[in-house]
Amino acid sequence: MGAVTAPTATASAAAPSPAQAAVSVRGLWKVFGPGARSVPTDPAARALSRRELLEQRGCTAAVRDVGFDVAPGEVFVVMGLSGSGKSTLVRCLTRLVEPTAGQVLLEGEDLLAADDRRLRELRRHSFAMVFQHFGLLPHRRVLDNVSYGLEIAGTGKAQRRRRAQEVVDLVGLSGYEAAYPHQLSGGMQQRVGLARALAGDPGLLFLDEPFSALDPLIRREMQNEVVRLHREVGTTMVFVTHDLREALRLGDRILIMRDGRPVQCAPGDELLGAPADDYVRDFVREVPRAGVLTLRWIMRPPAADDPLDGPELGPDVVVREATRAVLAADRPVKVVADGRLLGIVGHDEILSIVADAEQVG
Amino acid sequence: MAVAAPPAPSPPAPSPATSSAVGRRRPRRALLAVGVVGAWVLLWVLLQGRDTLFLSPATLTPLHRRLNELADAVSAGRDSSPVFLYGVDLVRAGLDAFVGGVQDLLARPSGGRPVPAVGWLGVVAVATWLATALGNLRVGALTAAGLVLLGLQGLWTESMDTLALTLSAVALCLLIGVPLGVWAGLSPRVHRLLTPVLDFLQTMPTFVYLAPLTLFFLIGPASATVATLLYALPPVVRLTAHGVRSVPPSVVEASTSLGATGPQRLRGVLLPMSTRTIALGVNQTIMAALSMVTVAALIDAPGLGRTVLKALQTLDVGVAFNAGLAIVVLAIVLDRTTTAASERAQTRPDRSRRSARLRRPALLVGAVAAGAAVLLSRTYLWAAQFPSVVGGTDIGIGDDVARTADSVTGLVQEHLSGITGGLKDAVTLFLLNPFEELLTGSPWYVVLTALVCLSALAGGARAAVTTAVGLALVIGTGLWFDAMTTLASTVLATLVVMALGLVVGVWMGRSRRADAVLRPLLDAGQTLPAFVYLVPFLALFGASRFTAITAAVVYAAPVAIKIVADGIRSVPATTVEAATALGSTRWQVVRAVQLPMAGRSLALAANQGVIFVLSMVVVGGLVGAGALGYDVVAGFSQGELYGKGLAAGAAIVLLGSVLDRVTQAAARRAGPDAHAA
Ligand SMILES: Nc1ncnc2c1ncn2[C@@H]1O[C@H](COP(=O)(O)OP(=O)(O)OP(=O)(O)O)[C@@H](O)[C@H]1O
Ligand SMILES: [Mg+2]
Repeated sequence: MGAVTAPTATASAAAPSPAQAAVSVRGLWKVFGPGARSVPTDPAARALSRRELLEQRGCTAAVRDVGFDVAPGEVFVVMGLSGSGKSTLVRCLTRLVEPTAGQVLLEGEDLLAADDRRLRELRRHSFAMVFQHFGLLPHRRVLDNVSYGLEIAGTGKAQRRRRAQEVVDLVGLSGYEAAYPHQLSGGMQQRVGLARALAGDPGLLFLDEPFSALDPLIRREMQNEVVRLHREVGTTMVFVTHDLREALRLGDRILIMRDGRPVQCAPGDELLGAPADDYVRDFVREVPRAGVLTLRWIMRPPAADDPLDGPELGPDVVVREATRAVLAADRPVKVVADGRLLGIVGHDEILSIVADAEQVG
Repeated sequence: MAVAAPPAPSPPAPSPATSSAVGRRRPRRALLAVGVVGAWVLLWVLLQGRDTLFLSPATLTPLHRRLNELADAVSAGRDSSPVFLYGVDLVRAGLDAFVGGVQDLLARPSGGRPVPAVGWLGVVAVATWLATALGNLRVGALTAAGLVLLGLQGLWTESMDTLALTLSAVALCLLIGVPLGVWAGLSPRVHRLLTPVLDFLQTMPTFVYLAPLTLFFLIGPASATVATLLYALPPVVRLTAHGVRSVPPSVVEASTSLGATGPQRLRGVLLPMSTRTIALGVNQTIMAALSMVTVAALIDAPGLGRTVLKALQTLDVGVAFNAGLAIVVLAIVLDRTTTAASERAQTRPDRSRRSARLRRPALLVGAVAAGAAVLLSRTYLWAAQFPSVVGGTDIGIGDDVARTADSVTGLVQEHLSGITGGLKDAVTLFLLNPFEELLTGSPWYVVLTALVCLSALAGGARAAVTTAVGLALVIGTGLWFDAMTTLASTVLATLVVMALGLVVGVWMGRSRRADAVLRPLLDAGQTLPAFVYLVPFLALFGASRFTAITAAVVYAAPVAIKIVADGIRSVPATTVEAATALGSTRWQVVRAVQLPMAGRSLALAANQGVIFVLSMVVVGGLVGAGALGYDVVAGFSQGELYGKGLAAGAAIVLLGSVLDRVTQAAARRAGPDAHAA
């Protein structure tokens, strides 16, 4: 069994069915080292922890039995600590790393069945990748870096330049077309990386910790940029990060990984509201919850003596936005969806979250 | 080997914790080494002159005669054997045609005309333009000046012969070496396979390539080209592989993720990003080729080397000096130009700068001018043949150079002969002779045992086995006595090189200023072909073993000094600071911290030093050093000694391999070091 199913149905971003998914992954394994092939099929080996596997068999299981579906147009975030297998996972999805076992469907097509030629086709036209360390060509100017993918795909020179200029403008690099990468700041270099990936007009974008090498201010700016681009272009994104705030800002859904295994896959508010285990709970402890949690996660069922004539709010209203209304009312707020009463939120529930946020902040 | 024996220990120094483990083992090993040498001397006294395996110069062993017969058989089969008719001969004809074509272009009368296809004016113009285009205006000017100087020295034709041979060999090197290097850069397996082969090619003294090649490719340009190819190939292969391997994986991955094919990746990423490293390899390959082309004079390769060789054989210092100077000029021009080219490959042109914008049109004009000069040089005799007389005055300076060199030599011999002669006699009498006597005068089994024991102490069991096998094979060549003579000179010269390396290297490692002054000199020294080192020492000391030893010391010292300096420099500053903070004197810091921590560098310096020394001591056979080098040279010139020459070549390779292995084992033992060569 691979996919982590969401424990509660959520309204906004339910997992799509595999048939409609932009990316559909089932039972994906990547094992490095000798005898890697046998690990996914050997029940004894599957049961071992990553460290035991390394000690007993001398191989590293970077990705272990991962499955999920990404809806078209979704921003899907993969999160985890260093070494949890995020990069390996995303490289398996582009076959920069050859998966050991499992299935990957891109828009219904079996990626692992693609031969070299088909794989190159897909890389040139269907998906693209942005890297943590940019991977720019130091001997080429910005415009030539951006058009490099088109050049590889055999696009004519005039068209190549026109398209490159378009994406350079799109990512806000106008005026730097003739600069060499080393003349640009880190943030600008990653804009080039982004532009290069977007130049081929891919339907799917993989980003491996694209902003981890940038300082916080620039990182925030680049995140806004991604939000803007996503709004304008609508590309499906698989975004790897180890920064939970980044994940919460960008991701429709977030997959948390630990030692190569998926732990929980859910929208941000659900991660905070219903962490699957202590690992996730620890993980999400540090973020200000009021800005992420929705009333759905803090409401309680009405007790017998609760007055039920308070104001009404939807279940997906963020706590921070509901605070004023809840505190202003002298009776609990009713959480209502489609005319049905789901629960109530009183001063205590709101204050426990807000006070928590103050402690953290 | 005695060379690699650990340095005589000082009384256990208050060494820091890092080196204490080594510190405890070292004195005992050194003590044992002293014991071995003591026993050896004792046995020498007792058994002196017995079983020395002495062989007089004209005597042949059955092996030598067999090799002679083999050579005869090979030449007899030349006209009938398919291996020759359809293999070797075709290659030889191809090479001769290729090199001949380049010679026709630059150096020798061609196309039914009494002059080469391109005359001196054309060559100077084209070379200047190339240097400017690939490098910069400065090296362009240097090229023009250097080439004109060659003409003024009266050595235009010889220089062009050398240049033609060098360039054709380099062209072949690049043709073979770059693809091979790329392959090795992409495939770790190929890299592993290739490395020992390249190591071997580079350790062998230039000399020993020649004889076996003449067996197949006859005497002349074809053999010279193959020898040069073999000798000059390793740097470009190595550095190309290194360049390709050091392209950041992130960039390679990015290009793969965009759907690049293998060739696209190579053209768009790997090659452009390793251009500078490859250019560095091309530079080293060119310098190695020049060095080998001059030595190939021994097998009748045309050019400056032949002039030097003839002059050396007749002890004509003036002429040798003039031709040697021409080689140096050629070396400087080639080195500076290729270095500038590799620097240009690194720095991105900034089009906004005015000089950069003017560059393209200026180069275009230059190209037209160079074309015109080529045409002129094909039309007028004055532009074709370098003139020696202009407007009635003799502009040649070759004779002046020769005469000056002669008179300086004369003056030195007259006034300083007391010093030079005294030095020579003292070293020969008190160091060289006793040492040589110990190696050659003891029975072979004593020497063999002693050397095996010393190798074991320096490099461990594997080193001892290598020495035993290597020396046993030397006995098999029938040239044990000569080999020991060569070994004596080699070891002595290496000891001096190491002493110099220690003193100067430590100085350079500790003083930035000394480093800044000395390093360019050492770099320059390293680019000069081995041959030219012999000339000044021949002038000073005449034909003798001592001349070869001093030339070897000067030839090998730069490498050793640089390695030691880098080793000293690589000792972390914090460690030095800590030792200083503990109140160590400067000398204590050097002895207790910097030298032990740079131990591996010292051993590496010994390794490189001994290889360089051996190759020069062997060349010294030309100037009276005798022994193996002489056997090789005699093999070239006298048919009946051919087999003996081949055997001597084999003995040199064996000696070189043993010295190389033992010093490398010693280096490994000295442990890892912050500085990896
Ligand atoms: N080529 C490889 N060979 C062997 N082991 C590898 C290889 N690549 C990755 N691994 C191992 O797989 C595990 C997961 O690595 P991965 O790079 O995917 O982690 P990550 O989550 O991206 O970490 P980071 O945040 O540091 O980038 C690590 O233990 C790593 O050592
Ligand atoms: Mg990673």
